[in-house]
Amino acid sequence: MRFLPLHGLMAVMTVCVALCLPASVLAALPQALIEKLALGENEDKIVAIGDVVTAADPEGLSFLQSMLNGEVQTVAEKKQVLIVRDGKAVDAVSGKEVAPIPEGAEDLTLNNRVRREIESAAAALKLVSTDRRARLTAAKALEGGADEGMLPILAKALEKEADPEIKALLLIIQASVQLKSSDAAVRLAAVKALAGSSSSSTKTVLLDLMEKKGDTWSEPDTAVRAEALISLEAVERRLVTGQRIGQVFSGASLGSILLLAALGLAITYGLMGVINMAHGELIMIGAYATYQVQNFFRSHMADWFNWYLLAAVPMAFIVSALVGMVLERVVIRFLYGRPLETLLATWGISLMLIQGVRTLFGAQNVQVENPVWMSGGVELLSNVVLPYSRIVIIGFSCVVLLLVWLALTRTRLGLFVRGVTQNRAIASCMGVHTARVDTWCFGLGSGIAGLAGCALSQIGNVGPDLGQSYIVDSFMVVVLGGVGQLAGTVYAALGLGVVNKFLEGWAGAVIAKIIVLVFIIIFIQKRPQGLFALKGRFADA
Amino acid sequence: MKRRHFLKSFTVGAAVASALSLGALQPAAAQTAAQNTIKVGVLHSLSGTMAISETVLKDVTLMAIDEINAKGGLLGKKLEPVVVDPASNWPLFAEKARQLLSQDKVAVTFGCWTSVSRKSVLPVFEELNGLLFYPVQYEGEELSKNVFYTGAAPNQQAIPAVEYLMSKEGGAAKRWVLLGTDYVYPRTTNKILRAFLKSKGVADKDIDEKYTPFGHSDYQTIVADVKKFAAGGKTAVISTINGDSNVPFYKELGNQGLKATDVPVVAFSVGEEELRGVDTKPLVGHLAAWNYFMSIKAPANDAFKKKWAAYAKAKKLPGADKPLTNDPMEAAYIGINMWAQAVTKAKTTDVDKVIAAMGGQTFTAPSGITSTMDPKNHHLHKAVFIGEVKADGQFNVVWKTKGPVKAQPWSPFIAGNDKKKDEPDGKTVIAK
Repeated sequence: MRFLPLHGLMAVMTVCVALCLPASVLAALPQALIEKLALGENEDKIVAIGDVVTAADPEGLSFLQSMLNGEVQTVAEKKQVLIVRDGKAVDAVSGKEVAPIPEGAEDLTLNNRVRREIESAAAALKLVSTDRRARLTAAKALEGGADEGMLPILAKALEKEADPEIKALLLIIQASVQLKSSDAAVRLAAVKALAGSSSSSTKTVLLDLMEKKGDTWSEPDTAVRAEALISLEAVERRLVTGQRIGQVFSGASLGSILLLAALGLAITYGLMGVINMAHGELIMIGAYATYQVQNFFRSHMADWFNWYLLAAVPMAFIVSALVGMVLERVVIRFLYGRPLETLLATWGISLMLIQGVRTLFGAQNVQVENPVWMSGGVELLSNVVLPYSRIVIIGFSCVVLLLVWLALTRTRLGLFVRGVTQNRAIASCMGVHTARVDTWCFGLGSGIAGLAGCALSQIGNVGPDLGQSYIVDSFMVVVLGGVGQLAGTVYAALGLGVVNKFLEGWAGAVIAKIIVLVFIIIFIQKRPQGLFALKGRFADA
Repeated sequence: MKRRHFLKSFTVGAAVASALSLGALQPAAAQTAAQNTIKVGVLHSLSGTMAISETVLKDVTLMAIDEINAKGGLLGKKLEPVVVDPASNWPLFAEKARQLLSQDKVAVTFGCWTSVSRKSVLPVFEELNGLLFYPVQYEGEELSKNVFYTGAAPNQQAIPAVEYLMSKEGGAAKRWVLLGTDYVYPRTTNKILRAFLKSKGVADKDIDEKYTPFGHSDYQTIVADVKKFAAGGKTAVISTINGDSNVPFYKELGNQGLKATDVPVVAFSVGEEELRGVDTKPLVGHLAAWNYFMSIKAPANDAFKKKWAAYAKAKKLPGADKPLTNDPMEAAYIGINMWAQAVTKAKTTDVDKVIAAMGGQTFTAPSGITSTMDPKNHHLHKAVFIGEVKADGQFNVVWKTKGPVKAQPWSPFIAGNDKKKDEPDGKTVIAK
């Protein structure tokens, strides 16, 4: 009685196996073809892949997929080809299970050349899939990778295709293959069709046509070449749009990172006037807090690992805020109004924090893993992919900015902070406990630094020196934006980010950094109060 | 009460006794140690941007020292490692090297990764007649009698890799992005590669050289630029990015979907260790050229991997749960073993005599070949492997040379090198 469920399960499994087995027996490709694919030299493999495409055999597709997924193993001496899934081996020719996996079975290794062929072949075979999304991905994958052998399957797919987007793509793919036709009229039509493409691989194909070797052009017909030039311009126009979008996005992404790093400083330095050289280390502490939360999730809550960031965000804020508040209580509040001493003291603290972390976690970088939903990116245009991690960080920095703005303008603490900033003596007379406000305010600034650390851990390296590379940038942003202003910080961060990215594209990373620094020096000389100056009597208090 | 009193006095007594005995014994012990050991310097960055790569070299050197000591040491003496941390700070390398040579009086030093650190310590080793074993592939253009180079010279790594990418099998690349960290190694390597590419008929417009600072972490623009450049024809990227910048670089490659089948990236400073912690699934097919891969099947490699795994576990090294070996580790391991053989042959640790004994030393390298120290030019004869990244972060060897290749420290692709002698200039005293 007790074992019945187990029996039931086994029965189900047997049925499954029974159902699967005939299927895989049917799946068997001709032995010669499989041997060529798995055991042949690369040249043989590529010929065989072409055969699979010509045969347009769904079983061929599944074998190619297995090859791509690294499930194929071979035993060279016995000419045996196995498909291994979850530790179970099936003979690819006979479709029978092979247990145990024979000794000397080795993973089938592919190099880029073969992998490219297989990917194109698999994409071509998927063009006739019933799932629209699968067809679209296949068509996109095939751009620039199609060859003559695929023409029949392309024609078949075109005949059936009803979706206009996929159909347009297919026409372009077909045209790129037809460029190799011996008929000049076909080539001319193909070149004209390619004008509708927005893919960089089309640009490559068109450029190839206009290549000149010695005295012979790779495209002999003048009319086709002229048309190719027109198409090329059309494609390039679209590509340039994509590049501009990409540049603006990467600028916004760098800007959002600068904003996160500088926002906390805008509060501690901008509003409170504390030159906090340990700000970078508060960022670093936030990153290490994220690392610890990640480790906790990995060891205790592996199922929820993908969502560890949700816990890491508040944790990073709290840890950094606490460290900041302790700093304020123990050191900084004795140094208000003495900027030079504050600078030296906080610099000393930053060195202590770095060494402390080094002792606790080791000098090497620690690994903070991206959750699965933050890897990869969304393809906007064929040449612009926006990585999810950066999109998330841009969104995150907007949310943080909004929260900080709300905290400063809509809460009692914010009111006190602004009051104390504007006139400490009067605020004190009104009954505001200024010392306590200082502590909370410093805690808020430090906590935001912690949030920055949490975000940075997702895109950069986490090590004890993490903060050092951001402290200069943070001060640059705050000073450029104008001390005592949140809005200034936002504009300065975004401005610096975008300018930096455009310069980088034009002059390289090293020169771009120098140009930005020179620009800031000149700017501060001309306009010491920054982009946005506070107006009123309190401005230079 | 009594018991407690007893305990207390006992503890105090014990503490005093141990303090006394320590005080009395320590100097004597130190003295005998000084006479009975051979000091060996280990000069690798254990913090800063290069720590990601160099820390394991320190560990593998210590492992080899333990191994030699377990066999009874050298010349009847134990080896005593002196580990210092130059913290990825180039001037500090020179300072620490001086300290090792003049204060600690080490017989030999194993160290450095970046060429800028080697250049920084070189005058110190030449001035004080020290002995340095340098375990990393580098740009050549240097030959000092005080240094043995156990990593690859350009003709043992960079040139074969580019030739492979030019071949049909490697993708027949026509355009090239030379991407590196901004310092002497990438700049010189790219100078050599540019001359080599030109000799193969590649035009200047088809070569794009790009540099980023040490520790650079934002590779958005670079990857976008590579994509743009690649639209102009089949492109390959040669990466000489060093240190922890590789992590954000490869993350960005993966996130932006730059696939190896479209634009392969071949790296000269990225191995198994640097890819630890990077999601390698989107990176499958990108390449690295080395003289050793962890995945190489050879009995010597199995033994090496086993030893390393056991050592990492015993010493509780970070990452011991997934022990990785890589090319510079192999080179460091070959270096210290060859030095030990040379000391045994010379019957002394005297620098000049050891240098004389080094030429022609052989060692069964974990890469499965017998590595030979060239009789003259202070470089190893090495086999070259090109590997593609697999989904599990290991490399799959797709091309290799038939046998060991002799190093050409003076690349024929730099003008004026044909006149340079293939051996150090210094007057090495050859004493038998």
